[in-house]
Amino acid sequence: MTMQNDAYNFAYLDEQTKRMIRRAILKGLAIPGYQVPFASREMPMPYGWGTGGVQVSAAVLTPEDTFKVIDQGADDTTNAVSIRTFFERTAGVATTTTTRNATVIQTRHRIPEEPLTEGQILVYQVPIPEPLRFLEPRESETRKMHSLEEYGLMHVKLYEDIARHGHIATSYAYPVKVEGRYVMDPSPIPKFDNPKLGNMAAIQLFGAGREQRIYALPPYTQVVSLDFEDHPFVASKADHPCGMCGAEDSYLDEVIIDDAGGRMFVCSDTDYCEGRQTAGHKGKDAA
Amino acid sequence: MTPLLSVQGITKRYGHHIGCADVSFDLYPGEVMGIVGESGSGKSTLLNCLAGHMTPDAGQVVFDTRADGPRDTVTMSEPARRMLGRTDWAFVHQNARDGLRMGVSAGGNVGERLMAVGARNYGDIRAQATDWLGRVEIDATRVDDRPTTFSGGMQQRLQIARNLVTGPRLVFMDEPTGGLDVSVQARLLDLLRGLVRDMGLSAIIVTHDLAVVRLLADRLMVMKSGHVVEAGLTDQVLDDPQHAYSQLLVSSVLQV
Ligand SMILES: Nc1ncnc2c1ncn2[C@@H]1O[C@H](COP(=O)(O)OP(=O)(O)OP(=O)(O)O)[C@@H](O)[C@H]1O
Ligand SMILES: [Mg+2]
Ligand SMILES: [Zn+2]
Repeated sequence: MTMQNDAYNFAYLDEQTKRMIRRAILKGLAIPGYQVPFASREMPMPYGWGTGGVQVSAAVLTPEDTFKVIDQGADDTTNAVSIRTFFERTAGVATTTTTRNATVIQTRHRIPEEPLTEGQILVYQVPIPEPLRFLEPRESETRKMHSLEEYGLMHVKLYEDIARHGHIATSYAYPVKVEGRYVMDPSPIPKFDNPKLGNMAAIQLFGAGREQRIYALPPYTQVVSLDFEDHPFVASKADHPCGMCGAEDSYLDEVIIDDAGGRMFVCSDTDYCEGRQTAGHKGKDAA
Repeated sequence: MTPLLSVQGITKRYGHHIGCADVSFDLYPGEVMGIVGESGSGKSTLLNCLAGHMTPDAGQVVFDTRADGPRDTVTMSEPARRMLGRTDWAFVHQNARDGLRMGVSAGGNVGERLMAVGARNYGDIRAQATDWLGRVEIDATRVDDRPTTFSGGMQQRLQIARNLVTGPRLVFMDEPTGGLDVSVQARLLDLLRGLVRDMGLSAIIVTHDLAVVRLLADRLMVMKSGHVVEAGLTDQVLDDPQHAYSQLLVSSVLQV
């Protein structure tokens, strides 16, 4: 493990900035689903790399934490590795790829398959926090819609989906209603993950760097995916078992395996898949 | 009978400039009120104050609400006023683009108000939207097309359908036929007249066009420089104007 570099304050951000972010997080936890503005700082990485999530992680990490970063389910993408390395350097925290062993998990596009537990914190990187923006670009108006609970427009988006595709085609960033009050964008996770948002034992924090918004779900919060009576929400995934570990219940990526166009479906959550393989589970494509 | 809308002393200034001054009138259920006057006379200012889009500097706009009876909409809470705006009130803009979502299909445009008041059955929403397209003479096959592909007259009819789908009791219209070709105007007026009669709508229609008020309005107010200079039954005002300005207005139209 790399030692903390003394040129930085713990976890890169100065204490005052971390206090400011923690206040925003606490406000977010007090009003689940409500987008709290915060003064986003420049981070030594481009916006697309999850600077909102990085700032939230920096504000919640303590020296005793064990940190995990996943990008589309994988721990080994460039993005995940660089964020993990960043906190190894600036905070000197222990890191892991094992979901169960992590106390803070920063993620882009997925929720781990293994149910999270009390005491864990899941930090999401959010590109666009405003679920209503698709149809109402004016920020002044969307803010009013949230404060007055005028959410008809969200269903217009789903209506358009069905009119065009015959079903609700939104498969990522599928909008949810939190505790019967705020409509929230869960970040671009697949809708397969939506049911995990609700009643989760872990704390869920959402950070949007460029947009300067933080929102949160405290443990065991009610989260409902929006839908129509005659087009109910379905948490769909590819209808296959994992080729490597045989899991039937996990979210799958389709990967091309040879030049002849051969494909296989494999768990997007690499830690989950490896864990199952180690435990002796075998899929039909496993060597 | 309780007026549906009772307007008392509505005044709106822009700085030192008068938008409209001390306007009062009652509108009874099923009545259509026309507001005419030259450009800049304060028609839109007044309409926007009545519809809650603008806060007047003085005056009351008392609406006979379904739940609680007469309430001053100027002083009621913003959520309550906005709720009226998508249930019992409708607002038809001169420019259809201001009243439509151009990036949303015709069906979505009409369905929005239904969804805004809690409709959650796609099939029902779509059936009602399709029915309303028919009522404004838009072919049902266009239900999934965006208004950008519609002619000006169709856009205006779509705006009307979108506004009337929740069965409002009071419709505000600002130059609903403005900017349309004469033949298109005539068809729209016919349609509006039919809808107003069939639904027993009350309406306040702002227009330059005396032909519009002749066809639609039971009563008429003539505005000049922010003030109402004459008011009465439409035929009376048009056929026997008392105020010099009304006389000018009527005669200038007759000369056209
Ligand atoms: N936002 C504003 N700021 C300042 N003055 C305004 C504003 N809007 C309107 N006015 C002025 O208030 C007066 C009434 O304007 P209003 O738009 O109500 O007239 P109108 O009768 O609707 O005219 P038109 O027939 O051209 O639509 C005019 O003198 C106008 O210049
Ligand atoms: Mg005007
Ligand atoms: Zn697997």
